[in-house]
Amino acid sequence: MSIMGTRVIRTEDPRLLTAGGVYVDDLRTPELNAAARLTFVRSPVAHARITGVDASEALSEPGVVAVLTFRDMDDLTPPPPSSGEWDGSPAPLGGPWAEPLLAVDTVRFVGEPVAVVLTDGNYQGEDAADLVAVDYEPLPVVLGPEAAVANETLLFPAAGTNVCVAQPVPADDTPFDACDVVVERDIVNQRVACLPMEGRATAASFENGKLTVWVSSQNAQVSRFILAGALGMAPDQIRVVVPDVGGGFGAKIGIDRDTITIAWAARKTGRSLRWAETRSENLVAMTQGRAQLQHIKVGGSRDGHILAYRIDVIQDIGAYARIGGLLPFFTCLMAPGVYDIPDVQAGFRQAFTNTTPISAYRGAGRPEAAAAIERAVDLFAAEIGMDPAEVRRRNFIAPDKFPFQTKTGALYDTGRYEEALDKALAAAGYAQLREEQQRRRASGDPTQIGIGVASYVEITAPDPDAGETAKLEVADNGTATVYTGSSAHGQGHHTAWAMLVQDELGIPMDQITVIHGDTDLIPTGVGTYGSRSLQLGGSAVHKAALEVKDEARHHAAEMLEAAEADVVLDTVTGLWQVRGDPDTALSWAQVAGHTSGGSLIADVSFVQDRPTFPFGTHVSVVEVDTETGQVKMLRHVTVDDAGTVVNPVLTEGQRHGGIAQGAAQALLEEVLYDADGNPLTSTLADYAAISPPDLPSFELVASETPTDLNPLGVKGIGEAGSIGSTPAIQNAVVDAVSHLGVRHIDMPTTPQRVWAAINEARKASNQ
Amino acid sequence: MKVDLTVNGNKITADVEDRMLLVHFLRDVADLTATNIGCDTTSCGACTVLLDGESVKSCTVLAAQANGHEITTVEGLASNGTMHPVQRAFHEQHGLQCGFCTPGMVMAIVSLLKENPHPTEEQVRTGLEGNLCRCTGYHNIVRAALAAAEVSS
Repeated sequence: MSIMGTRVIRTEDPRLLTAGGVYVDDLRTPELNAAARLTFVRSPVAHARITGVDASEALSEPGVVAVLTFRDMDDLTPPPPSSGEWDGSPAPLGGPWAEPLLAVDTVRFVGEPVAVVLTDGNYQGEDAADLVAVDYEPLPVVLGPEAAVANETLLFPAAGTNVCVAQPVPADDTPFDACDVVVERDIVNQRVACLPMEGRATAASFENGKLTVWVSSQNAQVSRFILAGALGMAPDQIRVVVPDVGGGFGAKIGIDRDTITIAWAARKTGRSLRWAETRSENLVAMTQGRAQLQHIKVGGSRDGHILAYRIDVIQDIGAYARIGGLLPFFTCLMAPGVYDIPDVQAGFRQAFTNTTPISAYRGAGRPEAAAAIERAVDLFAAEIGMDPAEVRRRNFIAPDKFPFQTKTGALYDTGRYEEALDKALAAAGYAQLREEQQRRRASGDPTQIGIGVASYVEITAPDPDAGETAKLEVADNGTATVYTGSSAHGQGHHTAWAMLVQDELGIPMDQITVIHGDTDLIPTGVGTYGSRSLQLGGSAVHKAALEVKDEARHHAAEMLEAAEADVVLDTVTGLWQVRGDPDTALSWAQVAGHTSGGSLIADVSFVQDRPTFPFGTHVSVVEVDTETGQVKMLRHVTVDDAGTVVNPVLTEGQRHGGIAQGAAQALLEEVLYDADGNPLTSTLADYAAISPPDLPSFELVASETPTDLNPLGVKGIGEAGSIGSTPAIQNAVVDAVSHLGVRHIDMPTTPQRVWAAINEARKASNQ
Repeated sequence: MKVDLTVNGNKITADVEDRMLLVHFLRDVADLTATNIGCDTTSCGACTVLLDGESVKSCTVLAAQANGHEITTVEGLASNGTMHPVQRAFHEQHGLQCGFCTPGMVMAIVSLLKENPHPTEEQVRTGLEGNLCRCTGYHNIVRAALAAAEVSS
């Protein structure tokens, strides 16, 4: 029996459970024995000119090795001139918007790195950093998307505007004029913290002309590419090692200026360096997510057909554009979601504010698209007085229309949207839930229940042509080693990749080692983001296994003196045999031993023609105390279809985590600033991170609609949970109080917001 | 100051800064790096260890306060190469992904089950309020705690 699709528990776990992982700050490698601790001096103000830096007092402290500022970066070549126009890639915007490594003469957000302090001991770093005197001359602060696009204060005066990327919305009202019903409103998709439990961490050493950087990243090879460019080094002079990584969620794609600065400082001083950020540093200086103001307009007929949809996004990108204009681009690409809407108008402006830079966070632009359209559908349903599930049903793209070209330019591969909805509604007991809701409404119970539905589609492996690498080596002792360009930080790559190899070659999983995240061993690779790992990295492993098998067949045929066509591999026993002759049997060790090099090797890259589009429906049930506004999640039922499932244990784990992060945004989490741009949520005592009592157990329903775009039939599952759950829960909260006249509550749906919405609706109905 | 701690059964004597936190003592002096630091406000629980058998957040205990006491970290939980029932339950129930919160989470559950050997799901969730995980949505962590309680009964 094939191991594919079975519940295999993880090979990664025993080490993590008994000895603990080896994260960057746990490294005890000899190169780091005498490492100095690096501490950043960060801006305490949101927007200011720097008029002076005095390190003399810090330098006189015991244990201080050096204090470095941008003035010490005289060995770096400035980047080539650039227009600063977005080229569609996930690279930072350059030109007038370029982000320095250490602040030059201006700081643009609280937490921006200004200087670094190198000390012998851990505690000395923070003491000394406090003694570096930086003079700041405050500048007016830009906060919030509307102020950003108003351009009254500019973050980059030379550019003449805060709007760094724009895709104007084609504002044509004609299709709306033909609608029975039109609803229009602003929706806030608030800024949230990515919050991997391990913050950013980097160690670096420079010896004999070679730079080694250990970094908590989702992409070793991309990190090396960025370092090579920034430091003016050849890639082969740099080794990047990614040890265990304590979560990424998009915020550890590649590396940012902090890590480049550390690598530079190690080269500059010749001293090995270590840095692991504190949480209060992480909550102001690691990139954050979402941060969109969306203006939506939806129109349709009274019989439930949506005829036109418009979304106009202002993306608050924070102080620097780290990944170009990618987030609102994805939001617009995925704007119509699962619906066949005749007219879709989507556009955005991306603008700077004096806040922490925004970048990818689980879903990266797609949760924002789903949140907008799924709120729009509920607003439309409420306006025409139709059940929101029924409105969805009437507007889905029909299953016989795939591949489906959307009005916004996406080409959906496969989808069975109505089936996903039906399964989710059935599992939730939707009709009974509505009856219970009616009972509570009729009885005037202060505790009401709300039922929220969200149907979604998202794009995974959005850069399929970048592909992924895999090298597979079967040694003459019968063991196999996989070198993957993909990168693991909790997903279970090592288990899944070993399953793929065992399934093709019959080499048992415990004889298979998976290696990732070391550019000396794996010079080419892309890594993990955009739910690309299994479909690209896994397909690469599969392809390598097939190539190894072909080569092995050739050797086995020679050894068995048989025609290649007559030689077969028994994938249960892992033995090569002549068809119909059970007495012949060669092990992998024997076949590998027959090669001139003593091993069978395939070194491949897998590219996919197009992205894939997972889909599903989430049904959320919440209880709302109408007297206090308190929301409690009672149930969360999901159908998440990401094609063929290789290991349900891992797939479910990804869904669980995604659901919780979506719930966190819908209910609790929000990064806040005061009027001067000071962060109000810079510790975990202030930031409302979701915790175990905030959540119920989740009810997952299986669904598999394979894609034909890769040999495994798989799509990505890493981000789907958060894309479906966020609007389902928000819709449930609004639904719980909709009978009181509430139509919308922005996220997070905190007790205060819910209570205020109820009160406003009551006041309005009394007038 | 000089401190004298028993960590996972081993006596460790060291001269440390007065302000040294227990978590730094474990990681930097005892060289036991499984215990992680996830915040600076005693909020996340990644650094949870047992002090004389009861869970504490080792970022909020000074090494000096632990002087003369017994500390157990996740490295000291398995016996003779056999995982503790809570560790085993985490493995079987897929209660961990990136593994960073795991040592603290495991120690918190060991302590929770000692106080309440047969908790309900709600009691597990409330008991773990001070331990954050960003990967699992807590679903399988709760399953693991309940499964470990089942096995131990």
